[in-house]
Amino acid sequence: MNPVLKNSLLFAAVGAMILYTGFSQSWNTALVVLNMGLISAIMALGVNLQWGFAGLFNVGIMGFVALGGLAAVLMGVSPTPGAWSAGGWNILAAFVFAIGVIIAVVMLRKRMVPGWPRAAAVFFLIVAGFFGYRALFDSGVVAVEAINPALTGNLGGLGIDRGLWVALAWPVGGLFAAGAAWVIGKTALGLRSDYLAIATLGIAEIIIAVLKNEDWLARGVKNVVGLPRPTPYEIDLQNDPVFVERAAGFGLDAVTASTLYVKLLYAGLFTVVLVLLLVLAQRALNSPWGRMMRAIRDNEVAAEAMGKDVTARHLQIFVLGSAICGVAGAMMTTLDGQLTPGTYQPLRFTFLVWVMVIVGGSGNNFGAVLGGFLIWFLWVQVEPMGLWLMQVITSGMAEGSALKAHLIESAAHMRLFTMGLVLLLVLRFSPRGLIPEK
Amino acid sequence: MDFLNAIIALLNFVVVPAVAYGSQLALGALGVTLIYGILRFSNFAHGDTMAFGAMITVLFTWLFQSWGISLGPLPTALLALPIGILGCMALLLATDRVVYRFYREQKAKPVILVIVSLGVTFILNGLVRFIIGPDDQRFADGERFIVSARTFKELTGLREGLAIKTTQGITVITAVVVVALLFWFLNRTRTGKSMRAYSDNEDLALLSGINPERVVMITWLIVAGLATIAGVLYGLDKSFKPFTYFQLLLPIFASAIVGGLGNPIGAIAGGFVIAFSEVTVTYAWKKVLTYLMPEGLEPDGLVQLLSTDYKLAVSFLILLIVLLFKPTGLFKGKAV
Repeated sequence: MNPVLKNSLLFAAVGAMILYTGFSQSWNTALVVLNMGLISAIMALGVNLQWGFAGLFNVGIMGFVALGGLAAVLMGVSPTPGAWSAGGWNILAAFVFAIGVIIAVVMLRKRMVPGWPRAAAVFFLIVAGFFGYRALFDSGVVAVEAINPALTGNLGGLGIDRGLWVALAWPVGGLFAAGAAWVIGKTALGLRSDYLAIATLGIAEIIIAVLKNEDWLARGVKNVVGLPRPTPYEIDLQNDPVFVERAAGFGLDAVTASTLYVKLLYAGLFTVVLVLLLVLAQRALNSPWGRMMRAIRDNEVAAEAMGKDVTARHLQIFVLGSAICGVAGAMMTTLDGQLTPGTYQPLRFTFLVWVMVIVGGSGNNFGAVLGGFLIWFLWVQVEPMGLWLMQVITSGMAEGSALKAHLIESAAHMRLFTMGLVLLLVLRFSPRGLIPEK
Repeated sequence: MDFLNAIIALLNFVVVPAVAYGSQLALGALGVTLIYGILRFSNFAHGDTMAFGAMITVLFTWLFQSWGISLGPLPTALLALPIGILGCMALLLATDRVVYRFYREQKAKPVILVIVSLGVTFILNGLVRFIIGPDDQRFADGERFIVSARTFKELTGLREGLAIKTTQGITVITAVVVVALLFWFLNRTRTGKSMRAYSDNEDLALLSGINPERVVMITWLIVAGLATIAGVLYGLDKSFKPFTYFQLLLPIFASAIVGGLGNPIGAIAGGFVIAFSEVTVTYAWKKVLTYLMPEGLEPDGLVQLLSTDYKLAVSFLILLIVLLFKPTGLFKGKAV
């Protein structure tokens, strides 16, 4: 069978599974799966860029996704009245101060001769700088968080909430993630494989910790809800006589029609983003730059001998891949309408994306996209399947037995188990994934 | 007097908890470092291995409790611990046979093994949640304190109390015994020496007739013991919750890397470095400083460098700082 036909069949199979969900469960569920599938496919593209193209082992995806989400909040919510004058400038000044201290430390290290006077000076500068920073920062934070803490207590954002302009938050999410990735890459990319993995894992946790605890930024675990969206609201559609009439023409009631319509609009927007990124990634893969990346991946020493700047190329692709994950994160937060830092877990947002890339086929963009859809579908559908399985297994057991109750209750945890199993099976029997690299 | 009070406050809130936590981290990091030394990959499933061993121990502790068996002042879990270790050994040998051995024979790249261990992480995580559920489980019993704050105050007449929990005492004693045994094994026995030889130079070890499969098997058995003990001690000290064990992976790896991956002494040192920095940076120093400073100069704020929510962040800052200045850790670690 030629590869194009095989790949088309694989995509058709995943499409059929989603359609089947529509027929057997509900079209609403099918569209929910499709939308998150599109976002997952974009995340997988980003990871594929880093791992498949360049062989970078980044397990901090969760952090970049969350930063994208932060961008969606900061672009979307309207500014809190009085927050900037109360303490916003203090916080900003604290950051400027901190950067100044860091620059001063770097300068000091460069200018002074190594020895204990330099160490003492650096130490003193860092300690003094830290307390100065905290003094500026804390007063600002207290003032901002004191403003109507039940509703706001944060700085607020730009308040871009008109129609398609909301989608502007997505590239900004990419920028946020890219900025963070640049800083992280500068410090951590010199580390070797395993060390880099742990460092990225930790940095992702730190980003989540910041989002959870810095209430002045995006309200922390109190969550910002009701973010603006690029699509119309269901309730407006239901009150629109033209829409209701047209829905009736399809034989649908207004409520169902409006939810489906909004989700379809999202699906359309997400598809545009996915196709755009996919085209770019394909062009990159087949360009001289892509060949260079794969050469670096396959043999760093040889590539370096050919005059390629391995560290700079790694940094470049680390930033690009993370930016794509940031875009996906911003899209997800817009889709959810809220940022809930408490729900970001490495198993779901880092390792699951890795499963997508490995299962789909690392090094192949179409593979990553396929993996994104397939694994997301499984992630959602394994739970009902597990429940069904448990009901079949326990059907012979006595009603009300403790074991039966336990098995049925625990069926929800089957999904982690299944993901691990899928990953191990693919790694063992088809290590290059469903759509292997050419 | 104030000086004594300050010391006691420091001991009570910083030193005692950090020593106990550091011992737990050290035991976990020893497991990670042994796998890295012998099998040459970072085992991401280590946190969940700890959870699995601890889970079996918890289940048997409950069984013993329901039979009315107890160890008096000591927690019953100590009685169930050997069974937990055996269960964990069986699990690790089974995963090695079913999963890892294939890649070892293929001579797969270490990073592939890391991804494989991610798959194992998922499976173990699902398994543990499936069997015991995702919630907090308490299984500690017996005497709660060796020295309680009140008795200490009555004994010494100081204003500050010093409390040492039984679990903290057990943690430290067990850790010392286990580490002593481990080092005796690695340095004095034939098998231990062959393990170190294999870790230092695989080819040379093979040439001198060391059976690699045997070395690998013994490594997994030791790791099972270390992971279960670390998991149970942590569970006794805090509480058993599957998700926290997954999160423990981060400070454990930080400890192993700060000390130098593959170096057992480094793992222990790293565990304490991480534990002490986590506790000191997130501790509110107001109390201690109030005793030490002359009157009128007491600090107004909490004098807390970072809020306790940033505990995880601290271990990684330490990790990054150490790696930037000493790329293979404090004690020379290795890199594959």
